[in-house]
Amino acid sequence: MSGIGVAGLTLPFGRSIAAEALLVPFDVDRKKALADAALAAATAAGASYCDVRIGRYLRQFVITREDRVENVVNTESTGVGVRVLVAGAWGFAATNDLGTQGVAKAAQQAVAIAKANARIQTAPVQLAKTPGVGQVSWKTPIRKNAMEVPLKDKVELLLGVNAAALKAGADYINSMLFLVNEQKYFASTDGSYIDQDVHRIWAPFTATAIDKDSGKFRTREGLSAPMGMGFEYLDGAAAGKFVSPNGVVNYGLSYDMVEDAVAAAKQARAKLSAPSVKPGKYDLVLDPSHTWLTIHESVGHPLELDRVLGYEANYAGTSFATLDKLKEKFQYGSELVNIFADKTQPGSLGAVGYDDEGVKTRRWDLIANGKLVDYQTIRDQAHILGKTASDGCCYADSWSSVQFQRMANVSLAAGKKKLGVAEMIKDVENGIYIIGDGSFSIDQQRYNAQFGGQLFYEIKNGQITRQIEDVAYQIRTPEFWNACVAICDESDYRLNGSFFDGKGQPGQVSAVSHGSSTARFNGINVISTARSLG
Amino acid sequence: MSIFTEEQAKAILEKVVKLSKADQCTATLAGSVDGNIRFALNNVSTSGIIDNTELAVEVAFGSRVGTATINEFDDAALERVVRRAEDLARLAPENPEFMPAIPKQAYKPSPTFSPSTAAITPEFRAKVAADSIAPCKGNKLIAAGFLEDGQNFVAIANSNGNFAYQRGTAFNYTCTVRTDDGRGSGWVGRNLKDADEFKTDADVRIAMRKATESAEAKALEPGKYTVILEPHASAGLISFMMNFFDARQADEGRSFLSKKGGGNKLGEQVYDKRVNISADPWDERAAVLPWDGEGLPREKMSIIENGKVNYLQYSRYWAKKQGKRAVGEPGNLLMAGGDKTTAQLIAGTQKGILVTRTWYIRMVDPQTVLLTGLTRDGTFYIENGQIKHPVKNFRFNESPVIMLNNIEELGRPVRVAGDESSFVMMIPPMKLRDFTFTSLSDAV
Repeated sequence: MSGIGVAGLTLPFGRSIAAEALLVPFDVDRKKALADAALAAATAAGASYCDVRIGRYLRQFVITREDRVENVVNTESTGVGVRVLVAGAWGFAATNDLGTQGVAKAAQQAVAIAKANARIQTAPVQLAKTPGVGQVSWKTPIRKNAMEVPLKDKVELLLGVNAAALKAGADYINSMLFLVNEQKYFASTDGSYIDQDVHRIWAPFTATAIDKDSGKFRTREGLSAPMGMGFEYLDGAAAGKFVSPNGVVNYGLSYDMVEDAVAAAKQARAKLSAPSVKPGKYDLVLDPSHTWLTIHESVGHPLELDRVLGYEANYAGTSFATLDKLKEKFQYGSELVNIFADKTQPGSLGAVGYDDEGVKTRRWDLIANGKLVDYQTIRDQAHILGKTASDGCCYADSWSSVQFQRMANVSLAAGKKKLGVAEMIKDVENGIYIIGDGSFSIDQQRYNAQFGGQLFYEIKNGQITRQIEDVAYQIRTPEFWNACVAICDESDYRLNGSFFDGKGQPGQVSAVSHGSSTARFNGINVISTARSLG
Repeated sequence: MSIFTEEQAKAILEKVVKLSKADQCTATLAGSVDGNIRFALNNVSTSGIIDNTELAVEVAFGSRVGTATINEFDDAALERVVRRAEDLARLAPENPEFMPAIPKQAYKPSPTFSPSTAAITPEFRAKVAADSIAPCKGNKLIAAGFLEDGQNFVAIANSNGNFAYQRGTAFNYTCTVRTDDGRGSGWVGRNLKDADEFKTDADVRIAMRKATESAEAKALEPGKYTVILEPHASAGLISFMMNFFDARQADEGRSFLSKKGGGNKLGEQVYDKRVNISADPWDERAAVLPWDGEGLPREKMSIIENGKVNYLQYSRYWAKKQGKRAVGEPGNLLMAGGDKTTAQLIAGTQKGILVTRTWYIRMVDPQTVLLTGLTRDGTFYIENGQIKHPVKNFRFNESPVIMLNNIEELGRPVRVAGDESSFVMMIPPMKLRDFTFTSLSDAV
């Protein structure tokens, strides 16, 4: 917003608050008392199971372009969600009334809804057993709480980034900071009282270069990742840098935003005169800053059990990876391909101690040596796969949203043999090296996908020759993963991800990371996206 | 209850504006009661009611702006939200593009409220779900769908004496029907102003027919085809393009509407002469609020006239800088067409492909508005005026700008909104030549 006028204003994620309010914690004893009131009310009303989520969701957005701040918004959303099981049916109600009477009333409403649903329920809910853990806590292992960093420092950082990009040749730059703190308290009739303090950070930018004479413009987005970290992610430590064979700097657990903005300005300008790709089959060498999105769309989503079963058929879609493929150990990828789900990975967006139905998080295999071996489940789905416990994939984006199955961090395991990026590229005769994520689209069963990127480099006879443009590749999921012929080793492994993975009706978002090392895929179909409007 | 009367809303907003010690104050009070029911696998899965009212207060000291919101409305809460906004404004840097609160306006009310939609009950929703599921159950079909309805109000006021209040309703139904062997899939979507016009049985039977008829799909080679896009299939592409009708982006050289050498393409022929798109907040078929997100009055206006770009969106700041008049950003898009139905367009087609719906549309290149996405839930081959057989779904890579230069014929516009478009649209079925499909999808 550039002026005064908030008619129709919809602030993302809650109500705005003053900066100092971000630092005031919500007392844990008060949360336990509220939770106990809801649990008691639900049980008295006839619930066989009840869980209570007391959430305080804090966000800060700092939005700039060139030499000015466009907006600073602090938001807070606090309330209680109560979920109950009555006669095999779920009921849910939520309230922002934080009195014991208010939460008890919500619990009673949830029971009433469950009773109504039970009358038309044809398959009663079967809930996998989850042991109560008593009173425990978990916190994202941050070194610098982003909410405690003065606004002035954040503004100076972004305006410094913008100035550096403009000086390096960008015509325009938009930069942002998105900071998230989810203070989540979970209690259930299983005997769990789990207090969690979750932190996330994202620092995206877009640099634009323009050639007015030709009317051409090109952008290069930042190569940062949204992370489950504190403000220390922006320290720009040398140990966090991964330099590609052609000098492009990528980032791991630390990000140098100014350095990346300078590179982006130069690369965006170089894009204006870079030649278009010649369509055809290429061997693709994919940097982790790119591969995360391909993993997300073509492995993470199709292996969500609710999609496989048909619960998302009317919106996000179903999945090609049907249950019969699990039985036959479907060859999802080449033998090099090992893909795992992990809700504990340090620095990842999905890392928590316990999920939103009190299940302790863990790591497990989805694809082992190329074969499909498992899906992602929550408590009421585990029995469908013959499992005795949930995988811990339950999440709600707000206290007012009902929790449901969301994607864990799903990652491609690093190659077991020692292999660096330069060595990998040496063997490629006709290929494209892709860095950064771009356009993405996939069908409703996750077969056919198309991906772009930020930076494309032609590889000829083992050498990176030049920057090219207008690249998009199209895949059929199993063929793509079976074309994986090499994966770099652990030393190249990095995370990237999304703050806003959408699913469900009404829609909810979740944040999720995907890790990989640089990987090579042979014989992939590349199209040119160059068009002319005449 | 979240639906305040005009008097209640006015009393709260007047208090807020009076409480502010800032140079300027603008406040918005908005409330809604939204109901929904979701079903899948021929069973109801979730249902709920979301009841919410929120007050947003934006204040300015000079060009320093702060915003705060709250959902309590007693005097202490109103005082608190105003002080919070003022605190944030004092912390905020000067904004060189600051624009003052808008002057007092006279808004002409638009017909956004439907009593029948506002009267929807949980029983109504349950019946819609049951009536969607029942005919599928007996026909080896599986229904998954979602009905979302609601009533709402918005009131705005500012320290220049501006005030407005209006109520509205919303109704959006979608249903996907799949054959139980997973080989066929059909879909129907219905966005209505009046819920009493809704006929579940007639609509679900469209999805059922498409599910049954889309099984046994044959593969066609990707390439350029004459297509008939049903309104839901083209709405996503066109509304995507309309989001880039921003004058500043065009003037800055980073839009498909930028001109070589500088400036924008306002007044230039960009589309086929048969393309006419307008906006009109008072149109009975697709009414929207008579003001935009900044409180600027919307107008009845032409956006594209006979293929020429007739309108670009100027923010108040950019309009002032460029010496233009800022008008309210359109909330609806009314695309003109002909009288033929989709069936009549099919009857007049020698060879072509009928597309029910498009999916996962994403920008590939903003320079040309090249978009990619896929067909879904009913794609059919047409020969000699008849649907011959279903075809496998395609991925397309196409620009709506190019598409709207390849028009063969336009049919009768229908209302499309909700998931398929960011605007409330009236959009015709379109027969287009040389639509670019770049690969096949195995997805059903």
